Amino acid sequence: MPLRAKVASSVSRTAAALSRAAKRGDGSVIGGWLGLKIDPDLLRHLSAGRAIALITGTNGKTTTTRLAAAAVGVKGPVATNSFGANLPTGHTSALANAGNTPYAVLEVDEHYLPRVLEATRARVVAFLNLSRDQLDRAQEVAMLAQRWRSALAEHPEVRVVANADDPLVVWAAINHPTVVWFSAGQRWHDDSMVCPECGGSIERADDQWWCTACPLRRPEAQWVVEDDGVVDPDGSWHKVVLQLPGRINLGNAATALAVAAQFGVRPIEAVPRLAGVTSVAGRYAQVVRDGRVIRLLLAKNPASWLEAFDMVEEAPTLLAINARDPDGLDTSWLYDVDFSPLRGRLVLVTGERAYDLAVRLEVNEVPFQHVPTFAAAVTTVPVGRLEVIANYTAFQDIRAELDRVN
Amino acid sequence: MSTDAFTSGAPFSAFPQRDATPASSSSALRIVWVYPDLLSTYGDRGNLLVLGYRARKRGMPVELIEVRSTEALPTTADIYLIGGGEDGPQAVAAQRLIADGGLHRAVSQGSVVFAVCAGYQLLGSSFIAKDTKCAGLELLDVHSDRGPSRAVGELAGDVDPRLGLPPVSGFEDHGGRTHLGPGVSPLARITRGVGNDGVTEGAWRGKVIGTYAHGPALARNPALADLLLRWATGIDPLPPIDDTWPERLRAERLAGVR
Repeated sequence: MPLRAKVASSVSRTAAALSRAAKRGDGSVIGGWLGLKIDPDLLRHLSAGRAIALITGTNGKTTTTRLAAAAVGVKGPVATNSFGANLPTGHTSALANAGNTPYAVLEVDEHYLPRVLEATRARVVAFLNLSRDQLDRAQEVAMLAQRWRSALAEHPEVRVVANADDPLVVWAAINHPTVVWFSAGQRWHDDSMVCPECGGSIERADDQWWCTACPLRRPEAQWVVEDDGVVDPDGSWHKVVLQLPGRINLGNAATALAVAAQFGVRPIEAVPRLAGVTSVAGRYAQVVRDGRVIRLLLAKNPASWLEAFDMVEEAPTLLAINARDPDGLDTSWLYDVDFSPLRGRLVLVTGERAYDLAVRLEVNEVPFQHVPTFAAAVTTVPVGRLEVIANYTAFQDIRAELDRVN
Repeated sequence: MSTDAFTSGAPFSAFPQRDATPASSSSALRIVWVYPDLLSTYGDRGNLLVLGYRARKRGMPVELIEVRSTEALPTTADIYLIGGGEDGPQAVAAQRLIADGGLHRAVSQGSVVFAVCAGYQLLGSSFIAKDTKCAGLELLDVHSDRGPSRAVGELAGDVDPRLGLPPVSGFEDHGGRTHLGPGVSPLARITRGVGNDGVTEGAWRGKVIGTYAHGPALARNPALADLLLRWATGIDPLPPIDDTWPERLRAERLAGVR
């Protein structure tokens, strides 16, 4: 590593440690930012000599990254940005902090994938899914798929692990020479009613989908979720025991196993590692407060809200909504979510945009109660379980109240 | 076409003015969401859900109908909703609506149209999509071109007094600017945001309304939703319903914009 990169790397580590000591956060952003100021090529330098996997998509990035890092860990030490800092600053910081690891598994913001692929020369990229997310600041999903497709065209050497159930992902990866397809299911279809190739209608039946006007259709998947396990490309079924709830996390586990396999990790070695992953940057964390067993679920966009409803138990549920910059300033997406699965339980609403949510629930005929704060929600529900579903900054606020639970 | 019939609630005969209904001969209020496969970017379904909810609360049977762009548009529904969309789908939607002709027939028979964002633009004579000028439906005397910058953020304005509505509140997200001809009136005078051109917002004529308040615009504007229901049913005034939550939302949003 050039001297400038060594200095930059050291400054990055120190700044991150200081930030943590000052309780200003995880330190992963500030450290990387400083390091990149000193050496703009720092990420490239830190990546050299490592076998790297990038994990990207709208939903499930952080969890899949954690699972894949655990699985690849079979082969040796793995650097990873496990706090969800998924921009180049976070990657830089993660690699600088980890020292010389032979492997790295990095979560990458879907907009930054081309840049990070270029800088890291990753061996593997996993594409999870694409759906609408914060439209007022993000690019249209079709444009993102196009950018992924262009990035792959410039890197024919990278191995791709991609979701066969998402038409936009398939279209982005279909021309690539080496693709391993996984099937994790897709609950959210509203962003893939129209073919990304030709504009024709997409039809669906059972787990298949196809364009009615051109040859684009679901490729056959090599890694498939089946019952409470995963079938590998040899056709062997592996029971997967996770500490994380919901079928969506079985899909994330299948993806992690497929990624690890690209580094030569056999599923039979990796599966026990997956069971060791409990909460992920506070997601799924369980905390006991005043006799209430509180579980935190992050839901950032329509697709992830549907997944969250699949995970919550039949218990009082708090929904918390903000609309700050990281959340997107526009709350229109609330009408893309059907909240009716929550009928029949005690539903509480809070957050800076609780009134938007209140109107949505009223129209959805889901009875609810408004509470001013998270603390008020805890005392409002009876002793026992409280499920919390929150969007990004609301989630971080609650996590801070619970002392940065991980 | 998929339909959702709601028949719960009080019998509709509680409102004898029902006989005055101009556009529909069937028993339920029929609300069509035009081309959700093309024009549904961000919460656009909300307008359909809000109208359905507010009608059912008054005991009206409602039929919510989603018509994809590959299907013929029914010509006898009471209310047509058109959502927002990206450039490509917007251009395709305009072509298909012109070829279909159903919306023109419905409007000429007195049906109500409420269109937002890209849906609003395509009701005019022309709009720009992917740097190409596209023909619109000419249901409103407006035409749209590109503005110097994208308009993203809170939108508010004082509504044309002839409509008798409180200020409109919404969120806008568009790159277009819209120019009004003599055949329409602005829906509102801007107090926050950009709308058509930074001065006026939206347009209306007869029972056709277009606005840049995108997505679930009616959620924040219950009085506007009720105007559409009054136009469609002829029931005026409508029985009041509890608007505690929409009013709190409006107060919060409008307080932040002045």
